[in-house]
Amino acid sequence: MNKCVERLYNGVIKENPTLVLMLGMCPTLAVTTSAINGLGMGLTTTAVLALSNAIIASLRKIIPDKIRIPAFIVIIASFVTIMQLLLQAYIPSLYSSLGIYIPLIVVNCIILGRAESYAYKNPVLPSFFDGLGMGLGFTCSLTLIGLLREFVGGCSVFGHELGWFEPVGIFRMAPGAFFVLALLTAIQNKVKIAGTKKGKDMSKIQSGCGCDCLNCSDTGCKDRKEVSEIKEEEL
Amino acid sequence: MSTVRDLLVILISSSLVSNVVLSQFLGLCPFLGVSKKTDTALGMGTAVIFVITLSSAVAGCIYQFLLVPLNLEYLQTIVFILVIAALVQFVEMFLRKFLVGLYKSLGVYLPLITTNCAVLGIALTNVTKEYNILYGTINGFATAVGFTISIVLLASIRQKLEDNDIPEALKGMPIVLVTAGLMAIAFCGFGGLSM
Repeated sequence: MNKCVERLYNGVIKENPTLVLMLGMCPTLAVTTSAINGLGMGLTTTAVLALSNAIIASLRKIIPDKIRIPAFIVIIASFVTIMQLLLQAYIPSLYSSLGIYIPLIVVNCIILGRAESYAYKNPVLPSFFDGLGMGLGFTCSLTLIGLLREFVGGCSVFGHELGWFEPVGIFRMAPGAFFVLALLTAIQNKVKIAGTKKGKDMSKIQSGCGCDCLNCSDTGCKDRKEVSEIKEEEL
Repeated sequence: MSTVRDLLVILISSSLVSNVVLSQFLGLCPFLGVSKKTDTALGMGTAVIFVITLSSAVAGCIYQFLLVPLNLEYLQTIVFILVIAALVQFVEMFLRKFLVGLYKSLGVYLPLITTNCAVLGIALTNVTKEYNILYGTINGFATAVGFTISIVLLASIRQKLEDNDIPEALKGMPIVLVTAGLMAIAFCGFGGLSM
């Protein structure tokens, strides 16, 4: 049981996918116009992540190594379709406000990244909790970013109008998303620089998926990079 | 004539007004990751135009001739992602065998595009907007052109930024994101084109 709690802690705090690892930026920016949307997107992703991790872990001895990525994608896409149909049936308001970003959970690199780096190598229960932890970490940060954007951009909290100040509308629009993320990565950089000065190991903190796709590690891009490296050598 | 007009409207609105990266946030990873130099950005852009145009045509055909007649529309996500992944692999093999020059300039970027959310995003948007195959393909092409415009612009701004004195904490990603935000504001201006 200890291991499960450790996985949860790891996902929410230590390796928070958005705030530390900087994964899954597209949905993070696109759906956080309000806290409710962020929460909905986060929970949907959590469900997909936990369930697909569990299934992949249980099939890890059957899936051949060479075709594991397509196999992962089929499993993930099936769960995404299930979630999409469930949302359409029971929470249509959320379904219409998240729109195309629900099916796009398939290509969210957090999910493929976890399948590859954890679920494919570990038993079912820890994998499930690893997915749950990562998903909850994603949910927390999405809700926080949504809350911030909704508060500054609309002067409201979870849809309740406060009317304290004149809202800065641009924060709810596309440019605002970039500015909030810029702020976030700047804080991250600050923490990283301060930590390195004190001699702590800060290598887990990535300052964005931004350095260079071709020199990326620890994320879903890694395999693709290796593939392209091999081809370059062959040429 | 109305078809030509519709296509022009799609071309302009998909490439500029609702720009794929700056207003829909699709394909952010390559946008931020491969935009250090203008020539690599241009290479990435060309590869994206190539793959998205092709994949939206193929996905459109599969949807119209396979999924709709069999009442399997709900499988679209699974089918599209597999088709796109297979298509990219196939294109790669084809280029490698027959067009070595093109492969050398685009080959590195192709594997990075497979799970790019823009490619799947366009295929799904075409279905949601009920475009036919021709409209869908044009929409894919226009969107990819929009991607190329914005990635090349960002790359050239980033090259200029290199000589500037940037505060320690803003170095790297944050300043790029601020730049992207300012570009997004500029692109909001295209919203004024009423169509």
